[in-house]
Amino acid sequence: MDKSHLGQHISQQFNVALEDIRNRVMTMGGLVERQLEDAIDALTEGNAELGEVVITNDYKVNAMEVAIDEECNQILARRQPAAGDLRLIVAVIKTITDLERIGDQAERIGRMATRLSAETESKNPKIDLRHLGNHVKQMLHDALDAFARMDVEAAVNVAKQDPKADKEYEGIIRQLITYMMEDPRTITPCLDYIWAARAMERIGDHAGNICEYVVYLVQGKDVRHTSLEQMEQAAHQKRS
Amino acid sequence: MSINSETNGKQNTSGARTHGIDIGALDRPNDSIGIEQETISLEVKDLDLFYGESQALKKINIQIPQNRVTAFIGPSGCGKSTLLRCFNRMNDLVDGCRIDGKLMLEGEDIYEKGVNVADLRRRVGMVFQKPNPFPKSIFENVAYGLRIQGVNNRRVLDEAVENALKGAALWDEVKDRLNDNALGLSGGQQQRLVIARAIAVEPEVLLLDEPASALDPISTLKIEELIYELKEKYTIVIVTHNMQQAARVSDYTAFMYIGELVEFGDTNSLFTIPQKKQTEDYITGRYG
Repeated sequence: MDKSHLGQHISQQFNVALEDIRNRVMTMGGLVERQLEDAIDALTEGNAELGEVVITNDYKVNAMEVAIDEECNQILARRQPAAGDLRLIVAVIKTITDLERIGDQAERIGRMATRLSAETESKNPKIDLRHLGNHVKQMLHDALDAFARMDVEAAVNVAKQDPKADKEYEGIIRQLITYMMEDPRTITPCLDYIWAARAMERIGDHAGNICEYVVYLVQGKDVRHTSLEQMEQAAHQKRS
Repeated sequence: MSINSETNGKQNTSGARTHGIDIGALDRPNDSIGIEQETISLEVKDLDLFYGESQALKKINIQIPQNRVTAFIGPSGCGKSTLLRCFNRMNDLVDGCRIDGKLMLEGEDIYEKGVNVADLRRRVGMVFQKPNPFPKSIFENVAYGLRIQGVNNRRVLDEAVENALKGAALWDEVKDRLNDNALGLSGGQQQRLVIARAIAVEPEVLLLDEPASALDPISTLKIEELIYELKEKYTIVIVTHNMQQAARVSDYTAFMYIGELVEFGDTNSLFTIPQKKQTEDYITGRYG
């Protein structure tokens, strides 16, 4: 199934409805990306104000999730989609759940940013999370791109990036533990950094989930809870 | 969305940790276990069918499993009703109809010379789109097949009629007026009466040609529920224009297009991951 296949229903309204859903998922994805970007900036620049903006904007992400869910329900009830159309709706319902979770994690990073910026200079170890942040931001971007283009190849490539995020997260934790052992006064800010790093690592996982839905959408294979090799295999299977 | 066909059946190959849970409980929710494990009731081999010069069926190969519901779907004129009518040689009645290939019921070729067609039609019953009760009493409609077979013992007939009407989920609605004219029943009741008439002679296979397309939604659901119950005793083949109906009632689905069998598979797979683009286009409403 490729992207051009989405239109071409005899029912023009059905085409419109499906296209609309896809567009709204992409809009929601864009919003979540923006939230994540702001959250990372707020954290790394110590910008409390921007952190607040991220926190207040989270409601928009939530509202979009509810609205898209509702639209999917209506399509299920009214159109009884089958095959590729059904898989699209199922993939969308799952994708927006992960997007909403990513939104929550971005909000958490924003909150940590405001808290850390209030911390006194001497106690703040100033850990740089930008690299990890950018890495998962790129993963999210590429996952959404793979979803938009229904590109399994790209989806698998994004999933392959997740171990790097996990590794970097572990490194950061080790670094923070060292700080805390050296000077217990840094424990409070270090915990905040841990929360933020943890949020980023989770975002990588959610982006990986979205890629699994792309494989399901295109190939009809459920690759959740399988190995990367199995995911790759499913992605490359030919369908006539 | 447990659609992974590899995890179908016995073992779970997904590599997921199971935490001591019975893996069987995690298998896909699917009654049908794959055509390889089924007992085959009807088998079609390289079947060609011509109406005069025009070829209506092209090299059809299909196996219809026993005690399962097999649905034929496809656009008008694709040959699904023609194929259905081959199963009890109803096409014999059409002028200029010629058949090549084999059609086996329980391993015996039904187009062999010397096959008793009346007996074949008892073993393979048929119900049509429009309910066609005879202008007789409800009782006589159901008893008709048995009377033709020479059964006239009242006790035997009473019992057979009651069983057939119960089997067709009509008994409770008509038991107090068995002698009323069958034409006084509603459309949905008439259709179930016709099904009762078909099962009264205890066939092996039931062919249903659009059995619910002339009925209202509630009667349709009753017929569908009935189909689900009937498959315990009979092999059922149904032709339907209503794709959702095929998805709801059948274990296996065959998609036909211009005389050819495009795809045949278990219904869950066919409606979620069809293998052929033609099938996908048809069931998603893209066929133009």
